[in-house]
Amino acid sequence: MGATAAPPPDDRSTVERPPRTRRRGLPFLLLLPGGLWLLLFFVVPSVQLAATSLYDRSGSLETGYRQAFAFGNYVDAVAEYWPHLLRSAGYAGIATVICLLLGYPLAYAIAQKAGRWRTLLLVCVIAPFFTTFLLRTLAWKSILSDNGPVVALWRALPFVPDDARLLATPVAVVAGLVYNFLPFMVLPLYASLERLDRRMLEASRDLYARPVATFRRVTLPLSMPGVVAGTLLTFIPATGDYINAELLGTPNQYMIGNVIDSAFLVRLDYPQAAALSFLLMATILVMVFSYLRAAGTEEVV
Amino acid sequence: MADTADLVLDHVTKRFGSFTAVDDLSLTVPQGSFFALLGASGCGKTTTLRTVAGLEEPTSGEIRLGDKVITHLRPYRRPVNTVFQSYALFPHLTVADNIAFGLRRRGIRKVAPKVGEMLELVQLAGFERRKPAQLSGGQQQRVALARALVNEPKVLLLDEPLGALDLKLRRQMQIELKRIQTEVGSTFLHVTHDQDEAMWMADTVAVMNKGRIEQLGAPTEIYEFPANPFVSNFLGQSNLFAAEVSGRSGDDLLLAAHGERFAAPAARARATGGPVWLGIRPEKVRLALPGEQVPPQHNQVRGVLTDTCYAGVSTEYLLRTPWGQEMSVFSANAMAGEPMVPGTEVVAHWYPAHSFVLDRPDGAGEEAPRYTADPLGVAP
Amino acid sequence: MYRFWRWVADHWVLVIGLIVLAYLFLPIVVVFLLSVNRPASRLSYDLSAQWTLEYWLDPFGSAGIADALRVSIGIALVATLIATVLGTLMAFALARHRFRGRGTANALVFLPMATPEVVLGSSLLALFVMLRVPLGFWTVVIAHVLFCLSFVVVTVKARLAGLDPRLQEAAMDLYATEWQTFRRVTLPLVLPGIAAAALLSLSLSFDDFIITNFNSGTTVTFPMFVWGAAQRGIPREVNVIGSAVFVLAFVLVLVTQLRGRGQARRGTGVS
Repeated sequence: MGATAAPPPDDRSTVERPPRTRRRGLPFLLLLPGGLWLLLFFVVPSVQLAATSLYDRSGSLETGYRQAFAFGNYVDAVAEYWPHLLRSAGYAGIATVICLLLGYPLAYAIAQKAGRWRTLLLVCVIAPFFTTFLLRTLAWKSILSDNGPVVALWRALPFVPDDARLLATPVAVVAGLVYNFLPFMVLPLYASLERLDRRMLEASRDLYARPVATFRRVTLPLSMPGVVAGTLLTFIPATGDYINAELLGTPNQYMIGNVIDSAFLVRLDYPQAAALSFLLMATILVMVFSYLRAAGTEEVV
Repeated sequence: MADTADLVLDHVTKRFGSFTAVDDLSLTVPQGSFFALLGASGCGKTTTLRTVAGLEEPTSGEIRLGDKVITHLRPYRRPVNTVFQSYALFPHLTVADNIAFGLRRRGIRKVAPKVGEMLELVQLAGFERRKPAQLSGGQQQRVALARALVNEPKVLLLDEPLGALDLKLRRQMQIELKRIQTEVGSTFLHVTHDQDEAMWMADTVAVMNKGRIEQLGAPTEIYEFPANPFVSNFLGQSNLFAAEVSGRSGDDLLLAAHGERFAAPAARARATGGPVWLGIRPEKVRLALPGEQVPPQHNQVRGVLTDTCYAGVSTEYLLRTPWGQEMSVFSANAMAGEPMVPGTEVVAHWYPAHSFVLDRPDGAGEEAPRYTADPLGVAP
Repeated sequence: MYRFWRWVADHWVLVIGLIVLAYLFLPIVVVFLLSVNRPASRLSYDLSAQWTLEYWLDPFGSAGIADALRVSIGIALVATLIATVLGTLMAFALARHRFRGRGTANALVFLPMATPEVVLGSSLLALFVMLRVPLGFWTVVIAHVLFCLSFVVVTVKARLAGLDPRLQEAAMDLYATEWQTFRRVTLPLVLPGIAAAALLSLSLSFDDFIITNFNSGTTVTFPMFVWGAAQRGIPREVNVIGSAVFVLAFVLVLVTQLRGRGQARRGTGVS
């Protein structure tokens, strides 16, 4: 979430500082322990994951695996699980859009309208993090329960059958995703809206822009970095999530995360699980970087 | 006249909580004039401007433009535009798009010719496609001006528009603003804390203090005959001596101060009896050595020089009067010769017609009131 | 009347914002309500008509909760300590120095944040399994440090970037050596950022389920306990602990935030 809180590195001030000739080794020394950790436990596993994904699927943990460069694993995985991949992207995409629609007014209200209540409201946004993720998701099970008031209201709507459910439907899964990742949308949006110069809004009003025009022409473009960071921070974890599908949905709503989880931990089909994982990672990275390029913001990185 | 578009503020008050920023202020800005609101920071001048722009709503009172009441109109419904302090240019738009912003919001399609015309006016032709960050401070200032002027506002509001520029550039922009105002003929309402700027540019200056207007008039009028001690020291400097009116001789008032006798024209007196302040501008005072010839009808004060400050164009002297007051004297360096050194005994003298007389309420004491014209030290 | 409509026009965003905020709080309220409610049946998630304080009076009454909580706190503390130290060092290197490979290092920090948890967890699992590392407390710590690290770096880096470089120049001008400058000026100013980063990683680690699920073996953290219990009916004591942790953390964060703001107002803080 802090990704956008970071202003772009201030090259100017760094250049102005006197050169530190004696300290050339220092940055590497500072980077070493953390870098090593990332190398050992992120880069190496990723490579290992890529390698595992190409193993011969006929092996097992007991008998050991053979590196067979079996690119067919990917074909098999996609052929078998493309609905889950599509569903993941679809659910996460819808959830991200809803998060943006809900999160923008909230972030704007806190940044520009809350006055001295700002800190309190901001703490309220991160407050859900203080209750276990699983407990909150399970709470939705109570809220959306067939005997609960929400479903009663839902059934009272026209064109909704009287025995309609919310739980165990895509609606519940998307609602859960929206709920769980909303703060990740609000925080970066807040960071960029808070930096929004109030005089820009005044200037816009002074130049005959009605509120809608001010929003479209000034507020939204200036808060674009926050929108980009927020959508990324919502979309990425939502795609890989499987808790909401597991707790609020049924196998019909399972996402790619559910498949990877069971392939690794239940079916113990490591090559296929690795292929799916690697595919997911690669897809997301490609999407992230093309999105960043399209949005013209390298700032998030 | 039916088609007049004078800007009228009618008993406007603006409070923020318990703080009164603008206090029952009434003002008429004639159409086509260059009007300056001059005051120290926090005197309410910017708040006044913002109520005209529609960015603040007055707590009470009415604002009219011509015969139209605009007190509660939203900013985007007023034929009024603002050049903001430090410009508030939209960083994500090009210069051309910044200037066209207001036109487009009003649904005007063909903006290019008008934008080009404006850039021509502010001498920035060819800068259309730049972003604000690629412009110097002076250029940004011109874009801000063009962005407001392109809408042909009835009133253009300028909020310390030159504050961020260095001295040379500021002078240049002052001349240019004046030229543009003559060219377009709109009313300019200019807010500044810089007395030189106000006097230099405006037809009419209103000196503000604590949310009220202390004096309003042409710059020469205010400078030559200030209304009260505050104005006399906010606009330039004045030496003020506590005095009593002792009589009258023809067109002159006779005054007694600290045992000395003075004369001042009755036409330049705000009070003609009782306790008063006798005022004289430092540059109207001349210095003589004891024994030198002094014109007999001149007012005279003896003193000892305590400080000499050579400032190129002039030399500024401080001298101490026999009753212990400090008096300042500016002497033009028109003639050759060294400035006098501290410790010299001198006679300060001036032509009585240059004096002015201000009311001194009974409780005001004899200590000359001091106001700092420029508390932030920003003015040159 | 006119003023009323203008108020509505000016504040509708605030009203919507508050509604969204209420939505964020709804499940937390439910978690609390469940903690004072005796379920009609073991697997029921509905509120019954029976209200009780019995779970609050004996929060560790259900077998395994206390152990799971202890494990979670232990892992969170160790992982936070390591991640905060390593991350702060990296943040200093990245924010304060220009060197070859800086871009690569930045990307390396960013990538774990752009990787879904399920991938992070599974790739580590694949590595541990291939190397035949026994899964347990330490494998979970390793995994938690990994994802906390990036958040620490980003948070501390932001704080450093917001720091006026002239402050350090002023310190050096006043005869402070580089080490003294760091010790007396830079570190105190960055400390709030480091504290925030530590708090963040503490809560991230305490709450993590997905990555832990892959790498914990037989070790049971609090979220793992909840997950396991969810299959056979959640003991309501879990809701008590959830609510208690929430109240504790909320108050703690609010107090530090408000104190920090007070300090900033007195002119000692650099925002």
